[in-house]
This record gives sequence, C-alpha cells and structure tokens, in this order.
Amino acid sequence: MGDHHHGPAKGLSRWLFTTNHKDIGTMYLWFSFAMFILGGTFAMIIRAELFQPGMQLVEPGFFNQMTTLHGLVMVFGAIMPSFVGLANWLIPMMIGAPDMALPRMNNWSFWILPPGFLMLASTLFMEGGAPAFGWTFYAPLSTTYAAPSVTFFIFAIHVLGISSIMGSINIIATIMNMRAPGMTYMKMPLFVWTWFITAFLLVAVMPVLAGAVTMMLMDIHFGTSFFSAAGGGDPVLFQHIFWFFGHPEVYIIILPAFGVVSQVIPAFSRKPLFGYASMVYATAAIAILSFVVWAHHMYTVGMPVAGELFFMYATMLIAVPTGVKVFNWVSTMWRGSLSFETPMLFSIGFLVLFTIGGFTGLMLSIAPADFQYHDTYFVVAHFHYVMVAGAVFSMTSAVYFWLPKWTGRMYNETMGKVHFWISFVGFNVTFFPQHFVGLAGMPRRVPDYALQFADFNMMSSIGAFVYGASQIMFLYNVIATIVSGEKVSDEQVWDGAEGLEWTLPTPAPYHTFEVPPKIEATPAHG
Amino acid sequence: MSIKKSLVTAGAALSALPIVALAQNQVNMSPGVTKVGAEIYDLHMLIMIICIVIGVGVFGVMLYSIVYHRKSKGFVASQFHESTKVEIAWTVVPFLILIGMAVPATSTLLEVYDNDDAELDILVTGHQWKWRYEYLNAEGENVSFFSNLATPQEEIYNSEAKGEHYLLEVDEPLVIPVDTKVRFLITANDVIHSWWVPEIAVKRDAIPGFINEAWSKVDQEGIYRGQCTELCGSYHGFMPIVVHAVSQDEFQGWMSAKRADKDAQIAASSVDLSLDALMTEGESVYKTQCLACHGGQGEGGVGKAISGSSIAMGDLGLHLDVGIKGVAGTAMQAFGEQLTDVEMAAVITYQRNAFGNNTGDVVQPSDVAQHKQG
Repeated sequence: MGDHHHGPAKGLSRWLFTTNHKDIGTMYLWFSFAMFILGGTFAMIIRAELFQPGMQLVEPGFFNQMTTLHGLVMVFGAIMPSFVGLANWLIPMMIGAPDMALPRMNNWSFWILPPGFLMLASTLFMEGGAPAFGWTFYAPLSTTYAAPSVTFFIFAIHVLGISSIMGSINIIATIMNMRAPGMTYMKMPLFVWTWFITAFLLVAVMPVLAGAVTMMLMDIHFGTSFFSAAGGGDPVLFQHIFWFFGHPEVYIIILPAFGVVSQVIPAFSRKPLFGYASMVYATAAIAILSFVVWAHHMYTVGMPVAGELFFMYATMLIAVPTGVKVFNWVSTMWRGSLSFETPMLFSIGFLVLFTIGGFTGLMLSIAPADFQYHDTYFVVAHFHYVMVAGAVFSMTSAVYFWLPKWTGRMYNETMGKVHFWISFVGFNVTFFPQHFVGLAGMPRRVPDYALQFADFNMMSSIGAFVYGASQIMFLYNVIATIVSGEKVSDEQVWDGAEGLEWTLPTPAPYHTFEVPPKIEATPAHG
Repeated sequence: MSIKKSLVTAGAALSALPIVALAQNQVNMSPGVTKVGAEIYDLHMLIMIICIVIGVGVFGVMLYSIVYHRKSKGFVASQFHESTKVEIAWTVVPFLILIGMAVPATSTLLEVYDNDDAELDILVTGHQWKWRYEYLNAEGENVSFFSNLATPQEEIYNSEAKGEHYLLEVDEPLVIPVDTKVRFLITANDVIHSWWVPEIAVKRDAIPGFINEAWSKVDQEGIYRGQCTELCGSYHGFMPIVVHAVSQDEFQGWMSAKRADKDAQIAASSVDLSLDALMTEGESVYKTQCLACHGGQGEGGVGKAISGSSIAMGDLGLHLDVGIKGVAGTAMQAFGEQLTDVEMAAVITYQRNAFGNNTGDVVQPSDVAQHKQG
C-alpha cells in the first residue's frame, strides 16, 4: 500500500472527519432512516388521534405540531438526505471517479444536518410548543400568530438549506469534472442524469426558500410587513415565494427516484432501458416546467382568471414528459426476461402507485375541479402516492439493490419480499380511502372529523400502523445483512445489472477508481 | 343441507354489510345543488374516466409482461431499446388528450369567475375560529352575525354521544335564498381561512387585508354543510359552515326577523338584569366563546387562566377593555362586535363570580354600552 492507499481511520474520528464519499453516503443514509422513523412516529400519533371521531389522545394544538413536524422531517430529514446519501455512494462509482469533487465540503454538508434537526426537534420542548402552521408555513399564521419557537424553525430551515446547496454544488462539480475518460454525458447512467438535473433545481430554489424564511424573520422581529396587508405587504406573496421553491422541491424529491427505478427495472428485465435519450429529455422537461407551475397550489387564493388558466395549462403539460417516462419503463419490461427480487418488487410498486399519484395529479391540475379538491384529503392521498409510494418505495428499492455491493452480504430475500407485500398492502389501505373522504368533503389538517368519515379514517389508521410496523422489519433486515448476511463476492451481484459500479469488487473497497476505468465505445445504457 | 344453509345466511349477512356501510361512506364528489357544481362534477368524472382508461391500458400491458415475460418461464429477453415512431406517438397522443380536457375545463373556469350581476352580496369574514356574515345590499340596514360551532365540548371529548351533525353544526347558520345569484365577498380578520361548502361549489381563501369574490346560485332548498379548509391555528377543525337555502319569501321573513332582533337587543341593553340571570346567560356565552382557550374551569390553556386572574378579579374597566378590544398580538380577540351588550355584561359578570372569583361584581348591559363609548 502506498501513502494514499490508507483505509478508514479508527473510532469516532473516522465518521467525524471523513471525506470519503462512501462513509458520508452511509452517514446520510442512516441519518435519513433515523429521521424516517421520527417522522413516522409523528404520523402514528396523527393516525392514532384520527382513529375515531372525537379528541382522544392529544390536544388540537399539539396535533398541528405533529402534522407540521411530520411534513418537515419527512421532506427535509428523511427523503432528501436519503437521496443525497445514495448520490454520494453511487455517483463516483457510476462515473468512474475516485470520490466526490469537493470532499471536505461534503463532510460539512452532512455534519450541519444533525444540529439543524436537533434545533428543529428542540422546539417541541419550548414554551408555546413546536411550529404548528403546517410544513407549508403560510403567513401570517407562521409570523404574527406563531409560537416563539418559529425563530428556531427559521434557523433550522437555513441550516438545512445550506446543507442542500453545498451537497448539490458538490454533485454538479463531480459530474461535470470527474467523469472517467469516455464517459460522455449521454453515456451516464440515468441515476446520475436525474441527480445532475436535481442538483441544478436545488441550487436554484433553496435560496428562494431561504429568502422566504428571512422575510418571516424580519416580519417577526424587525417590524417589516412583507406578509402583512396592514403594513402594505401581502400574505399571498408568501405563498408565491414558498411554492416557487415548493414545486421544484417536489421534483427534487421525485427525480432521483426516477433515476433509481431506471437502473433497477432494466436490471431485472435483463433488457436495456427503453428510450434512454427520451428519458433524459423528459427529466429535463419536467425540471424546466417545474419553475412555471407553482401557483397550481394556490388556485383558491383569488388569482385573476388569466393566471389560473396559465398555471392550469402549464401544469397539465407536465403529464406529457411524465407519461413518456412511465411508457418507457413499461416498454423496458415488455418482452424482457423478468424476475422479481425485492428491488424489482419495490420498483414495480413504485411504477403502479406513482402512476396513480400522477393521475390524481392531473385531476388536481384542472383548476375548476381543484376548487373542490383543494386542501382536502384527496390532496393528502395524492401527495402520499407520489412521495411515499414514489420516493420512499424507490429509495427502498435502491437500498435492497445496492446493499450487497456496499456490504458484500446478501439480504434475506424472503424477508425482503414480505416487507414489500406488507408495505404495499399497508400503504394502499392507508391512503386509498383518503381519496374517498377527500372527495366526500373532509378537509386536511383537522384533528377531528364528522361522523360520515369515521369508517375510512379507521381503515386508514390501521393501514398506517401496518405500514409503519413493516419498516421495523426493513431495519432488521438491513442490520442482519450487515452483521451476518450471506457473503457475496461476485462483482456483478445481479446478473442483469449494468454500469461501472458492478465492475468493482464486492464489497466495494474503501477507495475505488483511483485509476479511471476504460469506458467501452458502446453506451452502457441505451 | 344445514351447512349450505348457514353458508347462505352468512353470505347474505356479509353482502349486506358493505351496503349498510356504503350508505354513510360517500366515496365520490357530490354534484351538489348548483349548475356550476354539476359542471365541476362532470369535469371531475370525465378526467377520472380518461385516467382510468389510460391506467387500465398501461397496467394491462405491464401485467401481461409480468405474467408472460418471466425468466422463470424461460422467456428470453429481446434487446430492443428505442423506437422513434412509438416515442413520438406517445408524446403527441397525450398532448391531444390534454387539449380535450383543457377545453371544458376552461369554459367551467370562466363561469366560476363570472361574478357579475349578483342579486345579493354577503361579506364573509374568517375569524379564529368562527365565521362572521354580513348581508350588504339587502334593502334596509345591513344585518350581521357570527356563526359559531354548536357541538358541545362534551361530545368532542367523548363524554357524551356524538350527534348526527357532529362538528358540522353552528349556532346561527347563513341563510340564503334559492334561485338567486349570491355573491360572497370573502376576507379574514386574523390569519388565512378558506370558506368551503362542497354542495354549493364555493371554495375561496379568506385572506386578511384582501377581499376575494365567489358566487353561487342554489337550485334546491336545503341545509348544506362545509368547513374551513385552510389551516388557521389550533381550532381549524372546529369552524364549520352551515348554509340554509330557503325560498325567497322565507328569506325576506328571516331578514325582517333579524332586524327586529337587532332592535330588541338595543332595547334590552338598557334594562338591568339580576345577578342570577346574568350568571345563567354568562355561563352559556362562556361555553361557546371562552371555554376552548380558557378551559372549562377557567384554568387556562391557549389563553390565560380566568380563575384567580388579576384581570377578572381586579379593575372592571381593564376587564371590559380586554373583552371588548381583545389583546393585540395574542389569540385574545376583540369580542366587542361579536357579542351583544347583554352577552358581554353577562360573561364579564360570570367570569368575575365563577371559578372561585367571588368578587360579587354585577355588570349591567348599560355599563358595557357606556364603556364602549369611552
């Protein structure tokens, strides 16, 4: 071993000071899973209170704190960092790079996350309680009428934003500069492409979110009136700024999920991805459109009719590139040689349920119909179909798919399949009935409801407990694999898997591609 | 035979269950009682059916693959990976379908936005956590009132059986005439609320400092219920909307009765009441207006404790100020407009004598009126 071929440091300092993309990826993944459990616990409290009509377990004010923290923790703590973790592990290995382009910044962008969330979670114990204004924190409920803990919330958002911006700069720098010779843009695996586009979205919109919370801070502490009509401001301005960030944000969450599925489905279909180029263009089209559709979250604020029409048409257009993606995945499976290991099951689950979420999304884009859907459980059902069955299923698929490469050990396939089926059934029992109660008139973010919604809510709660419990099985399976899983030494691991990461030894050594690999003339994907 | 018979019985019982359950478990949007509502419903059904047809197609192809193109059946994978023709087709066809959806959506939207020529204007103001209605252009003086949740705390906290319209009942509903274009001018006093009654097809955000417009022309007499649909704080789930749509004659009668009530209230505020009468009235006002924040025993909660409070046991002028003008920057609202002078006198008297605050003070409606004038 030469000077630069050292292994990881020992003890805690390995993790505190590491600049290794694999270590940082691992920390992101564990951190996001911890947040997933925390956010899930909040969800269990919500569903337990909603099990029956009437107030049983918590007070309405605390219920609002739970819905707020559930949303914030899941979006910013669980889903986003989990995909950053995946990017850290996989992008260098997929493009033939030895590490991320900016390893020290990589360390920092992870290590400011735990204090950020500690600050957010600490608000639960403050006087007046945690933020209780929803994860969308509309002013003036989040400014003039908020508990004092809102200031801690604002700084927590700043910290998470800085972390995300640094993470995405790193990803952009890595992809632009560290590709192995011959790895042209149109040869990059789709996961790399989706993250490349996502990183640009993040750099573009996280500062907008930072601006929104800074204006809140000014309104609360320094006497400005950005969001107060009494001082010449406008509460709706907040919503425009928030959703200018918020809509690209939902694609930030879902695009890397598309990337994962585009790796997994070809592998288990033993067939190249259908329409690689159109996948890249569709991803870019979705990203660009995401900047001009934000006000479809605000159809009921009283925009002029011309504005409503513009945002309705622009939003409907998103169905075209999204449809292209779904058709491509299905065509990839068509006449393939399919097998159904756990990663494939989760990817097919993604494909089916995300498509349902896409359909309800199209329904929601129709402005006049949205007057009836807006802020009801129909919306809650819609975004859980795309966030949970979309992003989380895809992430779960990714963990099962690459875990053997990371650890050199195979997970328990039977337990993985059981985890999938319990998740799939639990998820649908939870969220499908929410379409019904939403259409029947149940508003979202209510701690109690009228009697006609009782049966479906009870069903929803039972489904949620089942889905929640199935995640414990996932945790157990992953730990058992790391500790005592059956050893795998085959580089390929999955016979249909394609890409540079599968040319590396299993488990992937601490340092990889110190010498750039040779890229074959034929594209690996497509 | 007996096994077969019992199976049949069990089967009948089981098949009856979902029917019983479905009667109260609405699964779809209601077309409601307005022309616009019916158009929105048709639009909703159209888009949903198109989505279902596309879904059946896509999932059908996928299912066929899953069943027949299996490695375990020895199916050998083809290696095709693009087809420009197919890819152009599935870009262009969805685009055309979208145009087909956009046409009816646009015409319905334009109708929703046509606020002109309203025959009756009602100002709807969202407050934490109640609605205020004011009839603007009816002949004679404006009529206004607050509409509070009528469901008792005992039902919410499960010590009493829940009524049929649990959480969807108010002390004073909004009354509108049928076959009349009613325009709602919607705003808010504190945070953003949203006024939604599904069956009359109106949902519009109530934004402090701005006035939004929406309209409805109800075809059928009846009682229509809705709720606030924008998170507006702790009791967001407890500010329902109830609309009584009545015949135009009945509406005129109701309007005159409201005006007579208002005159009676003015007259009542000059009459002195006994401590007992004030306490009884005060208790009922306390329960609807104060209890949610200040607790059933005046122990406090979102709001400060009333029991033993320096305000409720101290200077009467300050106590009246807090009740009438509220406390800026807190959840304590100005109740001066929300309560009649009699109600205000009663609840102040109640707070000064209940929960162990036995000050013995009696506040008369005339004291409140006088205090309001300064």
